[in-house]
Amino acid sequence: MLSLIGKRLLFAIPSLIGVVIVTFLLTRALPGDPAAYFAGPAATKEAVDQIRKKLGFDKPLIEQFVRYTGDLAHGDLGTSLTTGQPVAAELRNRLPASAELTLLGLVVSIVIAIPLGVLAATRPGSWIDHLCRVTTTAGVSLPVFFTGLVLVYVFYFRLGWAPAPLGRLDVFYSAPPTVTGFYLIDTLIARDFEAFRSALSQLILPAVTLAIFSLAPIARMTRASMLAVLASDFVRTARASGLSPGKVIVTYAFRNAMLPVITTLSMVFSFLLGANVLVEKVFAWPGIGSYAVEALIASDFAPVQGFVLTMAVMYVLLNLLIDILYGVIDPRVRLEG
Amino acid sequence: MKRRDFLKSVSGLAAGALAPTAPAIWSPAKADARSETLLIVSEGGPNNLDIHGVGTNVPGYEVSWNCYDRLISHEMKSGPGGVPYYDRDKFKPELAEDFNIGDMSVTFKLRKNAKFHDGAPVTAKDVKWSLDRAVSVGGFPTFQMSAGSLTKPEQFVIVDDHTVRVDFLRKDELTIPDLAVIVPCVVNSELVKKNASEKDPWGLEFTKQQTAGSGAYKVTKWTAGTEVVMERNDDWVSGPLPKIKRVIWRMVPQAGNRRALLERGDADISYELPFKDFQEMKANGKLNVVSLPFSNGIQYIGMNVTKPPFDNPKVRQAMAYAMPYQKIMDAVLFGLANPMFGAAKDKPTEVAWPQPTKYFTDMEKAKALLAEAGYANGFETTISFDLNFAGVNEPLCVLVQESLAQLGIKTTINKVPGANWRTELTKKEMPLFTNVFSGWLDYPEYFFYWCYHGNNSIFNTMSYKSPEMDKLIDGARIAAANGDTAAYDADVKGFVDLAFADIPRIPLYQPFVNVAMQKNISGYEYWFHRRLDYRAMAKG
Repeated sequence: MLSLIGKRLLFAIPSLIGVVIVTFLLTRALPGDPAAYFAGPAATKEAVDQIRKKLGFDKPLIEQFVRYTGDLAHGDLGTSLTTGQPVAAELRNRLPASAELTLLGLVVSIVIAIPLGVLAATRPGSWIDHLCRVTTTAGVSLPVFFTGLVLVYVFYFRLGWAPAPLGRLDVFYSAPPTVTGFYLIDTLIARDFEAFRSALSQLILPAVTLAIFSLAPIARMTRASMLAVLASDFVRTARASGLSPGKVIVTYAFRNAMLPVITTLSMVFSFLLGANVLVEKVFAWPGIGSYAVEALIASDFAPVQGFVLTMAVMYVLLNLLIDILYGVIDPRVRLEG
Repeated sequence: MKRRDFLKSVSGLAAGALAPTAPAIWSPAKADARSETLLIVSEGGPNNLDIHGVGTNVPGYEVSWNCYDRLISHEMKSGPGGVPYYDRDKFKPELAEDFNIGDMSVTFKLRKNAKFHDGAPVTAKDVKWSLDRAVSVGGFPTFQMSAGSLTKPEQFVIVDDHTVRVDFLRKDELTIPDLAVIVPCVVNSELVKKNASEKDPWGLEFTKQQTAGSGAYKVTKWTAGTEVVMERNDDWVSGPLPKIKRVIWRMVPQAGNRRALLERGDADISYELPFKDFQEMKANGKLNVVSLPFSNGIQYIGMNVTKPPFDNPKVRQAMAYAMPYQKIMDAVLFGLANPMFGAAKDKPTEVAWPQPTKYFTDMEKAKALLAEAGYANGFETTISFDLNFAGVNEPLCVLVQESLAQLGIKTTINKVPGANWRTELTKKEMPLFTNVFSGWLDYPEYFFYWCYHGNNSIFNTMSYKSPEMDKLIDGARIAAANGDTAAYDADVKGFVDLAFADIPRIPLYQPFVNVAMQKNISGYEYWFHRRLDYRAMAKG
């Protein structure tokens, strides 16, 4: 297992180097001149040149790149011009916000989608199968920002059940001391149950928004893979041997159907991080997605590079995790590894 | 076993990545805090708390305005609709308790009991250091200082501990007003010097993150892109103690949500909403909506006069007659702007800016003028706009496109991303575009100096050059400095007339700044910088 992890990590190095080079070049190729942008509304040409010099954009590209990689080696991702903060610190503060939201969205989605998929597969053509089809189609065809806005409109503006969409905590609560960065956990560690309730109620709408969007692939994949497994020889054998339907489905069929579902989960997780950008915008969520988009709009190089790099590292780790999960679920993968 | 090892290492990694930050310094006293707290929601927040910093954005100006003092400020007068509006011509002491304008200098006596947020007294040394800083750091602050002929550190002289003299470089009517804008704020020099470095002698890195002033508020928490929390400085002496104890300013990117927050009563104040929302909120009367014209500001259609077809004045006049003025007012702005067109034929030119042109939508006249210029069958061109203000610019350009199509002019719309807009403006290659210009200093010759003068500043987006125009603008500046009213009036009327006859840019309207607030919020004041002044506001 350890050698497998080591091998996988070694394979990741070239792709990370590639990511560093490509993001550097891409951000430089963006249209727009950050110096002119940050010189402000009344700048003269000299003022713009002064700022360009201050930011180091007057140097040749190679020199900028060498300086960038040098800083990178020291863990310095540069400083964002739009927010004025070091990128590494901002990503560190914002990543838990995005991760907490995405994970909760994913959990909500799994809790609904997998039972729905399994039930739909065991009773094809029944009402539950149709329900599964309708919810997944509806969920995937609604853009996230639209679902988010509708939820805000109904549950906050009309009914007043949800709190104001103002980020991770109500304005009048202070953030718990950071331990994990996940407010749900940190507030419990700090034994601040009021803040926990506030953090949870702030999370519900955005998490549901993400869950609705990601229901479809998980439920559909669970259903399809369950159908295939249920039609296979070993399930027929198990049934013929007189095992109870519950045992056949849960112990034999479900475990075998999990592999493609896990793959789908990893994909869903990655595109949830993307969809996050819009959800973060709608709910004023201080996550990394909205951070990166704002930086992109302002031609602010450092955060964009930092964001892409962070995402690349996260994908590598995620893929590793999925590979290991395969081994846990299916012993055959472990042997080959 | 191996799996467990792996999990351990992963959680170790995660803990390492999430290094603990300092515990929150702001502990809330929840329900009762509400009545003394002002909750502001807006789209963007500051990127730097110091206006002297590199590339400080407009929301950053609001922090500076409220957390730092200047030597002098403006009095208020009653503006449109009875809303307090800053008085361009009347100054009041702020950090100075008294000031004396001489022929070639102005002397300020500082308040003796004024203190910085850390308790250090405000002295003449701090004032000189701050003004030196403003004229030396480069970029926008230095540029703004130079607009009032304030360019050299030698101009700022310490007379004694509590007296500062500012020597004039030359007679310039704009010097005193320029000392009352946001830039010449007074910074705690000792504190900042302590945190400066050789690479950063003015301590810009330090003041970027925290306020070091003597103003009515101080920033106690700032999470870039998320929120700014400001607390009242109870020891403030430069004016009456503000009523609002704490200001929480949250960034809510979604305009619809900002409106929902206001209508539900969760937020106190917001700006930067679509015009349609302001219009509807005004109509349903649940909130106070204040709409005031930008001082010295105009949205216009500019034409590049160096290239055909717009090098021909006849074509430019034809364009001015082809603009769908009223449609823009109704469909794009929902009436929330002052028209800058359609003045009566016999109306004499005023000594004022902005003022409406005599152009109005007249397609027949436009056709005739185009035919005279030799473009009876029209031509092809591109109209560009800044995507940062797409809410107004996009429908406006579509209306212009439709209208020009009636003259046979085929217009392509070019949407320029915000980051790129300034670069495009500097290049001066766009044939046709829409933009806004608004000057902090509310003087006609200031506007014309930037927008029409042949020295071709970045705001002379049309590359318009006319010796006659330059003579009139320079004449007005000299006349103003010498107090020669007759010559000044003649010159101002002259350059306005010339600008309308030559029409390198077509004024459309004077935009409004719109602010929506709860009914229990009072004390909103309009300032030249168009941001909020919390010091006068009250709740309940």
